[in-house]
Amino acid sequence: MAIIKTEHLTHLYGKGTPFEKAAIHDVNLEIEEGELVGVIGHTGSGKSTLIQHLNGLLKPTSGHIYIDGTDIFENTQILQKTRFKVGLVFQYPEYQLFEETVEKDIAFGPKNLGFTEEQINEAVSHAMECVGLSDKFRKKSPFELSGGQKRRVAIAGVIAMRPKVLILDEPTAGLDPKGRDTILNLISDYHRAEKNTVLLVSHSMEDVAKYCSKVLVMNQGSVFSYGTVAETFSRADEIEQIGLSVPQVTRLFSLLSKEGFEAGEEVYTIARAKEILLQKFLQKGGTNDVI
Amino acid sequence: MLSDITIGQFFPGKSIVHRIDPRAKILLVLAFIIVLFIVRNPVSFLLIAVFLIGAYIVAKIPANAIWRGVKPILPLIVFTSILNLFFVDGEPLVHWWIFKITAEGISVAVLMAIRIVCLIIGSLLLTYTTSPIALTDAIERLLKPLKVIRFPVHEMAMMMTIALRFIPTLLEETDKIMSAQKARGADLETGSIVKRAKALIPILIPLFVSAFRRAEDLALAMECRCYRGGEGRTRMKQLYFSRLDAAAASVTGVLFAAAILMDIFLPKFI
Repeated sequence: MAIIKTEHLTHLYGKGTPFEKAAIHDVNLEIEEGELVGVIGHTGSGKSTLIQHLNGLLKPTSGHIYIDGTDIFENTQILQKTRFKVGLVFQYPEYQLFEETVEKDIAFGPKNLGFTEEQINEAVSHAMECVGLSDKFRKKSPFELSGGQKRRVAIAGVIAMRPKVLILDEPTAGLDPKGRDTILNLISDYHRAEKNTVLLVSHSMEDVAKYCSKVLVMNQGSVFSYGTVAETFSRADEIEQIGLSVPQVTRLFSLLSKEGFEAGEEVYTIARAKEILLQKFLQKGGTNDVI
Repeated sequence: MLSDITIGQFFPGKSIVHRIDPRAKILLVLAFIIVLFIVRNPVSFLLIAVFLIGAYIVAKIPANAIWRGVKPILPLIVFTSILNLFFVDGEPLVHWWIFKITAEGISVAVLMAIRIVCLIIGSLLLTYTTSPIALTDAIERLLKPLKVIRFPVHEMAMMMTIALRFIPTLLEETDKIMSAQKARGADLETGSIVKRAKALIPILIPLFVSAFRRAEDLALAMECRCYRGGEGRTRMKQLYFSRLDAAAASVTGVLFAAAILMDIFLPKFI
């Protein structure tokens, strides 16, 4: 059974005013448990609106959302539980830190959940481990950490609630390349270790291609496509038509194929490109003439 | 959503009322308030009411904007009316236990209610038809004489401008932080007052932190553009008194004079 399912999900902003605008329109989705889904789309394509529905922060104008088979707006108890089941990390989550110590801040979610002292302690340790923060950070003030570390604390604050689904809204925005890689690797490791469902909103096709198993492409408030990375990038032309890019290495290989070079498959990560090219080199016996 | 706050919101437009110099508008509103507290007879108030309605029609401000502006003040009006009704001395009309209602009490209550409503509607006309920037500019110019006693007029005006500019930004920020904390299971809607006040801490602290961060960034950006206070600063948009302002001043002047004269010769509320 799909862990996340939406039926005809529509959300209008400014309903009943002249500024009425459909942020998302008739979204039907089914996301299986254990996937790492990359969510991609332009600014204003409805990504953020969609994910805020998935844990019940926004109420749909019409349509239904099912998490684990239950309609999350059935009653308020279910809604409260959904908040914990679906952990949502906002953009620039470090701006929500408020406690005196890292430890206390991460414990905020579990405390609201009603964990016991012991459970809280364990959840905090586990979450800090997941985001690669050593124990010496426990007693530090979150405000004296670096930007990347703050963000990891904020993500740990959501992981500590032990959600079944983790949604991250552009977790790498504003970080340097090293910080990006650290965060994305942590998320990927977390996904592998916990076997949870993870949704990763991103602007970077490269990152999505590298880390995700499925890709959800949003365009103008509707689902443009949902499928595996290979399926998605096989529609490279259409994706470029709606103004999104495919990974540069994919573009390179599609240009190469027009010149007569056959890779035999869609290439969307640099690691894979390297393998293929090396293979071709070896086949040609190390001459420079690959094509 | 928090962004529904609209008290004193500016309605952009090009009407005569919009085009009057903001300094003139502020002075006229001040005069209006003084007249409001001098006159005490129904006919004068009728005159003022007609004038206000006329001004709103000319400025093309929708009628429901007036209602939205008055609504938040209603409890205050009711409260003062009740106080006046029961605590003004005079010939008692109704007497019950320690409460008594007098004819004078009724008059004063009605008079004060009308005054407050006119006051609100009149001052709202100013904020409805003048952009916040024009308003602070005008205040800066009007308070310029205070520089003699070393009052930092320019700095105060700049502070007002910045404060106005950041209201929507901070509202948006609050909205975001609230959503983020709700996603971490914060319960903001239920519980006792103490519990709810405590629930605000996870929202207020990040909000303060971000306000300070923004303030620092803004200060740095201003310094980078060589801002160093009002000394020797010229403005891009100069304020000029025009014929329109003279006309507006004459019309309202005559009207106010009429209202006061009527007050002298006609029977009063009290």
